[in-house]
Amino acid sequence: MTKKGPSNFDEERLAQLLLGGLDGDALAYHAFLKELSARLRAFFRKRLSRLPDEVEDLVQEALLAIHNQRRTYDASLPLTAWVHAIAKYKLVDLMRRRAAKEGLTDPLDDAAEILAGSDSEATEARRDLDKLLEQLPDRLRLPIVKTKLEGLTVAETARATGMSESAVKVGVHRGLKALAALIRDER
Amino acid sequence: MRTDDLVKLLATGAEPVERHAVGHRYAIAITLGMGASALLMLNLLGLRPDLAVAVRLAMFWVKLGFVAGLAWASLLATLRLSRPGVRLKWVPVALVAPVLVIWAIAGVALAGADPTLRPALIFGATWKSCPWLIAMLSIPVFFAAFWAMHGLAPTRLALAGAAAGLLSGTVGALVYSLHCPELDAPFLGTWYLLGMLIPALTGLALGPRLLRW
Repeated sequence: MTKKGPSNFDEERLAQLLLGGLDGDALAYHAFLKELSARLRAFFRKRLSRLPDEVEDLVQEALLAIHNQRRTYDASLPLTAWVHAIAKYKLVDLMRRRAAKEGLTDPLDDAAEILAGSDSEATEARRDLDKLLEQLPDRLRLPIVKTKLEGLTVAETARATGMSESAVKVGVHRGLKALAALIRDER
Repeated sequence: MRTDDLVKLLATGAEPVERHAVGHRYAIAITLGMGASALLMLNLLGLRPDLAVAVRLAMFWVKLGFVAGLAWASLLATLRLSRPGVRLKWVPVALVAPVLVIWAIAGVALAGADPTLRPALIFGATWKSCPWLIAMLSIPVFFAAFWAMHGLAPTRLALAGAAAGLLSGTVGALVYSLHCPELDAPFLGTWYLLGMLIPALTGLALGPRLLRW
């Protein structure tokens, strides 16, 4: 399903969801990321028409980047510009690596389009994030697995792993950054 | 992992995020970097002995103003280039303005000076060491600023590296100006500027390699 229709209303609603997420509202944040992944998919699919297999991997890479860098979002500025800059950065990064093989001629300077399309039909990602996750050392992997996959609280994770609560929080943060680094090096 | 699962993973247990994280990061970096730079200056070079006299001269404050103006503008550039989608807007103007002002003062000083004295205004007594000492004092700030930016999300890497490099150069020059005996605008507009550009160009070259995320 692909629907069109950019509007300020959409952008404002998405920005509110993100701001809720930044304040620790996991439900709002989940809604934000879910909707964002559909927008990113439409954006990348249009620009990677010659590399359809890369689309879902890039969606995941961009989602992880947006999550890891969410503290750089400035609420006084348009969400569109922030998301577009990150999506474009990841797209250019991908194209640069593939530049030797194929050229991309579609223009990328179209910030307004980043939230314009929506595509909720995910294809299979070729890269398996679960496998990459397994490569992380325990002090980074366990906090992610316990708090994010098993849904334990930070305190419960600290008890289960024998780590301190701050080590668990730091582990999640650094672990997701390390995951992004693994993705980058893998290409 | 399916994308929906990744979305769920990222959202589950997401902790509240500190709102002023970007500014805090640079506050830490500049404080530590400037402290280390000041220690280097005090141990290797020392304060200028006549500092108490110099602070009464207008040119001493013009010199500090020139360097501080550049430091402020390069900090703004660094902050903006650390966040995706934030434009530089008028910051390049703020970067050029202090240089134009010091060059204008230098032009007046040179025009009014006896031709035989002009080389002394430009070269002073320390032109050979000045740019290198500024670059040397900027090194701790350079590492600190790159550390700060590396944890953020610059999307124009060469430009971001140059801004962080220039920031470190201006802080290095600020520290150096407490040692340096030179006060003539032609000297400042040449050798100070050169000293601050060394780390800026280093940052320009290293940014694309060191700042990727």
